[in-house]
Amino acid sequence: MSMSSRRARLVCAVTTAALVMLGIAHAAQTSSSPQAASAPRTSTPPPTPKGPSLGVAVSAAEIAAMDVSIGPDGAGLPPGSGTPKQGAEVYATKCLACHGPEGANGINDRLVGGQGTLTSAAPVKTIGSYWPYATTVFDYVRRAMPYPAPHSLSDPEAYAVTAYLLHLNGIIGADDVMDATSLPKVKMPNRGGFSSAIQPKR
Amino acid sequence: MPGTTGSGSSRTPLEFLEGMITPNSLHFERHHSGVPDIPPAEHRLVIHGLVRRPLTFDLETLTRYPLISRIQFIECSGNSTALYAPQPPQAGAGALHGLLSCAEWTGVPLGTLLDEVGVHRDGKWLLAEGADAAAMSRSIPMDKALDDVMIAIYQNGERLRPENGYPMRLVVPGWEGNTNVKWLRRLKITADPLMAKDETSKYTDLLPNGTALQFTFPMAVKSVITSPSGGLQMQGAGLYQISGIAWSSAGRIRRVEVSADGGKSWAPAALSAPVLPKALTRFRMAWRWNGGPAVLMSRAIDETGAIQPARDALLGTRGAAYRYHYHAIQSWAVAASGEVRNVYV
Repeated sequence: MSMSSRRARLVCAVTTAALVMLGIAHAAQTSSSPQAASAPRTSTPPPTPKGPSLGVAVSAAEIAAMDVSIGPDGAGLPPGSGTPKQGAEVYATKCLACHGPEGANGINDRLVGGQGTLTSAAPVKTIGSYWPYATTVFDYVRRAMPYPAPHSLSDPEAYAVTAYLLHLNGIIGADDVMDATSLPKVKMPNRGGFSSAIQPKR
Repeated sequence: MPGTTGSGSSRTPLEFLEGMITPNSLHFERHHSGVPDIPPAEHRLVIHGLVRRPLTFDLETLTRYPLISRIQFIECSGNSTALYAPQPPQAGAGALHGLLSCAEWTGVPLGTLLDEVGVHRDGKWLLAEGADAAAMSRSIPMDKALDDVMIAIYQNGERLRPENGYPMRLVVPGWEGNTNVKWLRRLKITADPLMAKDETSKYTDLLPNGTALQFTFPMAVKSVITSPSGGLQMQGAGLYQISGIAWSSAGRIRRVEVSADGGKSWAPAALSAPVLPKALTRFRMAWRWNGGPAVLMSRAIDETGAIQPARDALLGTRGAAYRYHYHAIQSWAVAASGEVRNVYV
């Protein structure tokens, strides 16, 4: 054995010892060892993560408590329901000050009207003229509104406000009930008005 | 920026800075519902959805992961929107283009945590949600998440400041600033985008035919001369150093050309090393001002060969309702008096 290879082996041994002393586990090295590669493949267990794996398990109940996002297919919509009439009452006390009477002429975003203006020089983008999914209205009203007290509406109140805004925009009838079944079926006027600039790999 | 109280923005004063790094106290801010005050020990990031093992991570846990550091720009997709106006607004480089900053971000590659939770094959998107009052959320394609997205916990060597996402935020290199979700508390792996408010009602690009483009994430190649620039005053004829910044979501800046005669002739500027992908690149050029009227312009070319367009060319395809992604050539007119003004050429 030459001196240089002996020295290399020594350095290697010292380095390994130092890593052991520091308590550094190398999961990546373990999973790519010859033993692992030649093990019989009876099933395909999830691959061992390469990182430190310090994440803490979280229960389904904990996730449910914080998962407020609603998919365009209605996934995540809670129990409860609301009508435009009920929504008008909620709107009058909690929304009108910023969004104006009947969703227009307020100090903040206009919510109603504007249909037919998207090709004009001054398009008016509202829930009725622009938003492609009714589920997004419920999602945003519940998570972020009313502005001084976000996420303070009950689920029925959020359904009711959503129903009121859809009705003001002429999208649903005055007595239509919005709930987890009916809301995803609402056909928004501008539903076909969007195209995605990217197509993720499938 | 007008709007709901607490949902405003502040800009980086580009005309008073040099180099490529934005000091933390001058990093631009854009809030959709104020700045939350988050006790770090109580903050958790949960990753769930189409995963094998839903997990939570707190700040101290993340500091035990192998950290990486990268210098990246963040630009709001509404940056420079005032320049869509028919008449050139008179304001400084920072007021016009300052929803743009660049910092060294240190954090955990998102791919490490996604590997740990075990993403299902059909998990092609993830919803990133902040802990601000609006629970601001955006859907991001998995390809990008696995490419170069980071959960940042340090900015220019110090912990994130509250206004920039403390205790943790996403950094999504080169993409619309709002996708760099601050105060990150939740990542939900999904098959399709969630169609959140800020990817339907806002941050979509309305075209002249009335249809809109969605998920226009990358911020295109762009540059601006920061000195001399609007509102600054020349101190008489003679030698000056033209200085500016260039950037592109597509990677490195290959070249920046400068014109002092309104675009009739161009010459390459010196790029100041290091020239890093998806970072601000400082360019400089000596200029002897003869004391007469002049129009200064800069034009960036990135490593893919993409060239920053003239304003007319950019507006030509976009129509009157386009509000985001303005990246046309900026022109500054120097008057004989030494006054510098924003002009359209």
